[in-house]
Amino acid sequence: MSFFETIFAPGAVDIMLNIGIILIKIAVVVGIVMAHVAYATYFERKVIGHMQVRLGPMRVGFHGLLQPIADFTKLFFKEDIIPANADKPIFYVAPVISLLAALSSLAVIPFFEGFVVANLNIGILFILAMSSLGAYGIVMSGWASNSKYSFLGGLRSSAQVISYEVAMGLSLVGVMIMAGSMNLTDIVKAQEAYPLKAFIFPQFLGFFVFIVAAFAETNRTPFDLPEAESELVAGYFVEYSGMRFALFYAAEYIGMIIMACLASICFLGGWNGPFEIPYVPFAWLLIKVYFFIFLYYWVRATVPRYRYDQLMGLGWKVLIPLALLNITITGLIKILV
Amino acid sequence: MEQIRDEAAPLKTKELTVSMGPQHPATHGVLRLVLDLDGETVVKCTPYVGYLHRGVEKLAENRTYLSALPLSDRLDYISSMANNVGYVVAVERLFGIEPPERAKFIRTIVSEMTRISSHIIWVATHALDIGAMTVFLYSFREREWLLDLFEMLCGARLTVSYPRIGGVRNDVSQEFLDSLYKFTEEFPKRIEEYETLIDQNRIWLKRTKGIGVISAEEAINWGLTGPMLRGSGIPYDVRKFEPYDAYDKVEFEVPVGKNGDVYDRYRCRMLELRQSNSIIKQCIEKLPPGPIMAPDAPKFTLPPKDRVMKDMESLIHHFVLITKGPLTAPKGEIYSAVEVPKGELGFYFVSDGTGKPYRMRLRAPSFVHASVLPRLCEGSLVADVIANIGTIDIVLGECDR
Repeated sequence: MSFFETIFAPGAVDIMLNIGIILIKIAVVVGIVMAHVAYATYFERKVIGHMQVRLGPMRVGFHGLLQPIADFTKLFFKEDIIPANADKPIFYVAPVISLLAALSSLAVIPFFEGFVVANLNIGILFILAMSSLGAYGIVMSGWASNSKYSFLGGLRSSAQVISYEVAMGLSLVGVMIMAGSMNLTDIVKAQEAYPLKAFIFPQFLGFFVFIVAAFAETNRTPFDLPEAESELVAGYFVEYSGMRFALFYAAEYIGMIIMACLASICFLGGWNGPFEIPYVPFAWLLIKVYFFIFLYYWVRATVPRYRYDQLMGLGWKVLIPLALLNITITGLIKILV
Repeated sequence: MEQIRDEAAPLKTKELTVSMGPQHPATHGVLRLVLDLDGETVVKCTPYVGYLHRGVEKLAENRTYLSALPLSDRLDYISSMANNVGYVVAVERLFGIEPPERAKFIRTIVSEMTRISSHIIWVATHALDIGAMTVFLYSFREREWLLDLFEMLCGARLTVSYPRIGGVRNDVSQEFLDSLYKFTEEFPKRIEEYETLIDQNRIWLKRTKGIGVISAEEAINWGLTGPMLRGSGIPYDVRKFEPYDAYDKVEFEVPVGKNGDVYDRYRCRMLELRQSNSIIKQCIEKLPPGPIMAPDAPKFTLPPKDRVMKDMESLIHHFVLITKGPLTAPKGEIYSAVEVPKGELGFYFVSDGTGKPYRMRLRAPSFVHASVLPRLCEGSLVADVIANIGTIDIVLGECDR
């Protein structure tokens, strides 16, 4: 009889152990993702810098390697300014909503076989729901700042998220049909039977729509209208400073990582690769995620920004019909074959 | 019944008034636009200028013709050399001085270098406003090269004050000419580099084609000049219509657009870059030997320093020119225009025979172009306002003077 069993009721130990394991898993996932967020900002500046014939951060540490730490320290100790006319409770809570929505999506992502914080059978739906919730943070911050530029940014963001959420959801329906499940682990396993262990070839149309929608969903160039620097200065977070500003940034980068994970899992076969990499079960997922993150940077360094009405036109007139076509074709093949 | 009818009345909406600028990343300085927005649509656009007013015109009245030259540097501070040339050409025409051939060619070279550096800064910021970040840094790479050349030529990079009444300050070195020639060889490839990034890009085309359209007739009525006018299809260029310096001795075309939209003006400027490059090349090849200062203008230009030290006559000239200005200035008035990168920069001088201008009036293209902004912006979207501010290529130093 162990020490715990003498204190607690029978069965409680199992529950506590489970909770303990889950807490450790959460800590590991959040820790790793946060480290990635910090260095994603560094690599973004480095990659774009080299694409633009300059060096990027060079001063803090060797080739600027300590830059994210310096940035974090600076933002943490900066004064938290709240505009006099702001709606204070909402202003406080908005970045937290953005960050929490982004972080909770991580729960359902399987990093390698058997490693997932919560193995939900509606994994895809959960991620879509959470990324929609994240938009609340943006809308609320835009509204609560009581500034015209933030307000416009918030409006743009809500319109954008509504349009592109639909396209993104529809683009994933093809994957759901093929896998017969919404559980992300099952989706990865269903792909093992396909060439290169990935859905990308039968679902290339869905993949294309998903990638474009993912750019819009994460407010990245060329769809960075909510924070269009040259138009709205910084958009919805123009009035934020210090730590709250950093929370918005962290939410944006976590969003990018989640969309990269989702694309890797749903279309590129998740942790499976053309060959096994021994001892590192998550190596393939990591490579795919890094590729997508690099793609974000690459696109940012290349293309201009869409205009608001053109963005809407692209979403409703191109992406949604394409996604519907994809569903129709996938469904027909599923029925016939 | 009355009450019910009131409730059924349509929902009243109010425009959102946004003050864009004077501190805003896309207003190219301190331009302030007050926008009345209905959603994202601009209902009314009112430009406010004057945040950078320094009273250049008034300042010139208290300076001699020689010492008022640096004021023109500060007009359009990214193309100061062209402004200097405009100033000295106007004063030379007023005084009836003819600069020597070599000086004319050198001034043509530096004017065109300025046009290139100004146009690449324009394409850089215009692309950055629309969201294409990389063009910005590519362009600055070439601009840096040109500014280094300016530094080699006269020691200054931005506020050069290099041309002089009756010529230029110092002769060009062979090293400078070689380096510049290398630039002209290399530059066309660099232009293509910018164009690969934006010229065929669908988003760029969508953001610029059919935006800010102004017809040829309207463009003339608004008084537009430079690429703003040529984009609408009018081949008006001061360099062709009223040649100054060596422009009548080099061959170049005046590129024009067709539709008068943001894209056509962009194309115009990109083609002008190539024309300017070829003008520089021709000038280097044709550069004649000889003096760089007009010999018939000893009472208007400072004598060389070594002569001042030894020769009594020169010392007196130097003293009078510095303290009182050119006292032999003829009475009269003159309007003289040059083609600066932004358009037609006009200088209007009234001379009362003293060493200082009685009145100096500037016709600044940026000021005229700022006035057309409401016409371009009203009815379009907020994002188009940014494209329109970019396309008029405004520099507030020149606009507010």
